[in-house]
Amino acid sequence: MAGLVPLLRKELVEQWRTLRLPVIATVFLLVGLSSPLLARFTPELIKAVAGDQFQIVLPPPTVADAVDQLAKNLGQFGGLIAILLGMGAVATEKERGTAALILTKPVSRAAFLVAKLVAIGVTLAVSVAIATAGAWFYTLVLFEPLPIGGVVAAAIFQWLILAAWAALTFVGSTLTRSSLAAAGLGIVAFIVIGILGALPTVGRFVPTGLGGAARALALGIDGPSAVEPLVATVILILGSALVAWLAFRRQEL
Amino acid sequence: MTAVASLGGTSSDGTSSALAVQARGLTRRFGSILALDGLDLDVPAGSIFGLLGPNGAGKTTTIRILTGLARQTSGTATVAGVEVGLDRTELRRRLGYLDQDPRFYGWMRGRELLEFVGRLIGLDGRDLRDRVATMLDRTGLTSAADRRIGGYSGGMRQRLGIAQALLNQPTVVFLDEPVSSLDPEGRRDVLELIAGLRGEATVVISTHVLSDVERVCDRVAILDRGRLIAEAGLERLLADHVRPLFLLAPEPGQDAAVAKLTARLRALPIVTEVAAGPDSVLRIAVSDPAAASADLLAAVVDVGVRVASFERIRPTLEDVFLELVGHPTAADLDGRGFVRPREVGE
Repeated sequence: MAGLVPLLRKELVEQWRTLRLPVIATVFLLVGLSSPLLARFTPELIKAVAGDQFQIVLPPPTVADAVDQLAKNLGQFGGLIAILLGMGAVATEKERGTAALILTKPVSRAAFLVAKLVAIGVTLAVSVAIATAGAWFYTLVLFEPLPIGGVVAAAIFQWLILAAWAALTFVGSTLTRSSLAAAGLGIVAFIVIGILGALPTVGRFVPTGLGGAARALALGIDGPSAVEPLVATVILILGSALVAWLAFRRQEL
Repeated sequence: MTAVASLGGTSSDGTSSALAVQARGLTRRFGSILALDGLDLDVPAGSIFGLLGPNGAGKTTTIRILTGLARQTSGTATVAGVEVGLDRTELRRRLGYLDQDPRFYGWMRGRELLEFVGRLIGLDGRDLRDRVATMLDRTGLTSAADRRIGGYSGGMRQRLGIAQALLNQPTVVFLDEPVSSLDPEGRRDVLELIAGLRGEATVVISTHVLSDVERVCDRVAILDRGRLIAEAGLERLLADHVRPLFLLAPEPGQDAAVAKLTARLRALPIVTEVAAGPDSVLRIAVSDPAAASADLLAAVVDVGVRVASFERIRPTLEDVFLELVGHPTAADLDGRGFVRPREVGE
C-alpha cells in the first residue's frame, strides 16, 4: 500500500487542525458526563416539572440506569457523528479535486481509503474513550464504581458499533461525489439495522446486537453472548472497506 | 502495465524523435457525446507542447486519460514509456500534473503541502527539506511558505500547484489551463516558470489562448470536437494557418457606402477574405500585410467611407481555429470584429 504512512499522517493532522477531533471529543465528553447525571436526576426533574398536581411513582435510579443512558446517548449522538465523519471523507475530496491531486502521485488507491478509514476510527476511538471515562467518573460519584475491565470492553463494543455506521457511510461517500447522498445511505443503514437489531433472532447478527453484551460487561453481570454480533460487526466493517475499495479502484476522478 | 522498451518513435509529421507521450486512436465517449474521437498524438521528449482548442475540444479529457484520472473508451497511450491506466503507480512516478482549477487543503501551509507531496513520492529527511526549499524558491513562494494555503491568491495557488507537480522531477508534466484564471501579472509569472522547464522535462500545456502558446510552446496540437486537426511546430503552424488581419470600423450610418467598400475590398488581389461583424466592422484577411495597409486605405478613400478606426490585429487561436475548420461568419464575430470564443456544444 504505497503512501499509506504519509496519507495516514495527513489524515490525523487534518482531524486535529480542522478541529474535527477536538469538537467531536468535546461533544462526546459532554455526552459521557451528562448520561449518569440524567439517570440520577431524571426522577427529581420529572417530579419538579409535574409539581403537586400529579402523583408519579418512579423507582429509585440505579447504576444500571446510568449505563443504559450512556449507551442510548452514544448510540444516538455518536451514530449521527459517525455518519457525519464518513459522509464527506471521499466525496468531498473528489468534489474539490484534492483526490486527483493525491492520486496522480505514486500512491495506491487502497492506501488513500485505508488512511481515511483509520483516521475516522481513531477519532471515534478517542471520543468514545473520553465519553466513557467521563461517564465512569460521574457514575462513581453519583452511584457506585463500575468494573474498569468491563467498562473498557463495553467502550470497545460501542466504538465498533459507531465504526460500523461510519464504514457504511464511507461506502456511500466512495460511490458518489455527494456528501449528502453518502449521509443518506448512512442514515438508511442506521435505521434499517436499528430495526433489524430489535428483531429477536436477527438482532444478534447486527452491530446493535453488541449493546446487550456491552451493558452486561459494564455492569459486571451475565449477559447475552458477544460473539455473534462482534463477528458480524467486524465483517460489516471490513466488508464495507472492501466494497469501497472495489468501487474506488476503477473510478474516474 | 506495459513499459515500452524504447521511447523512440516517429511523430505524425514524419519527424523521428524520442516521444514522451504517444497516443493512438484515443477515443472517449460520455453517453452519446464523443469527447475524443480517435486521437493520435505524438509529443517529442523535451518539448513544451501546447494542446490548443476551444472549450469542449477534448483537451482536459486527453490530459485526464494520460494522467490516469480517467479511462479511454478505446485506443492506447503511453506516457514516458508506461501504458496509461487507472491506479498505476509506475505511471504516476514519472509524471507531474496540475489541474485547471487546482484545489489544495486550505488548512495546510504551502511548505506543509510540498512536504506532504514529497513524502508521497518517497522523499524524507534532508532530501525532502532541500527539494521543498528549492521548489519554493523556484516558484517564488519562499516568503509565503508558512502561510495557510487558504489565504493564497490565485496566482500563488497556481505556482504552488506547479511546485507540487515538479517535486518528483517528473519526465512529463501535464498542466491543464495553468493560466486561464490568472490576472496579467500572475499569467506572466506562471508562463515564465513554465518556459524555465525547457530542457528539464517534457511539458504538455493545454490552453485556449494562442498568445500563451506563442510565449512558451515549441510544438502545438489543435483539437476540435475531440479530433486532432493540426499538429506542428509553432513557427510552422503560424506560417501555415495564421493570415494577417486588419480591422476597419466605419463611422455609423454609412450602410450603402460600407457595402460598396466591402465589394471593392473583395476585388483586391491581396485580400483573401472580408467578414462583416456587428456595427459593420470589417475584418479583412490579406495575403501581403506590407502592401495591404496602403491598398486598403486607398480603397476606403476611393469609396469615400468615413473611418472611426483602422488597425492591424494579432490573430488569435480562434482565427487559426476557424481557418482550419471554416471561415468566420457574422455570428462568429464580437462587437469589435474579433472572433469570439466558442462555447461547448456550439
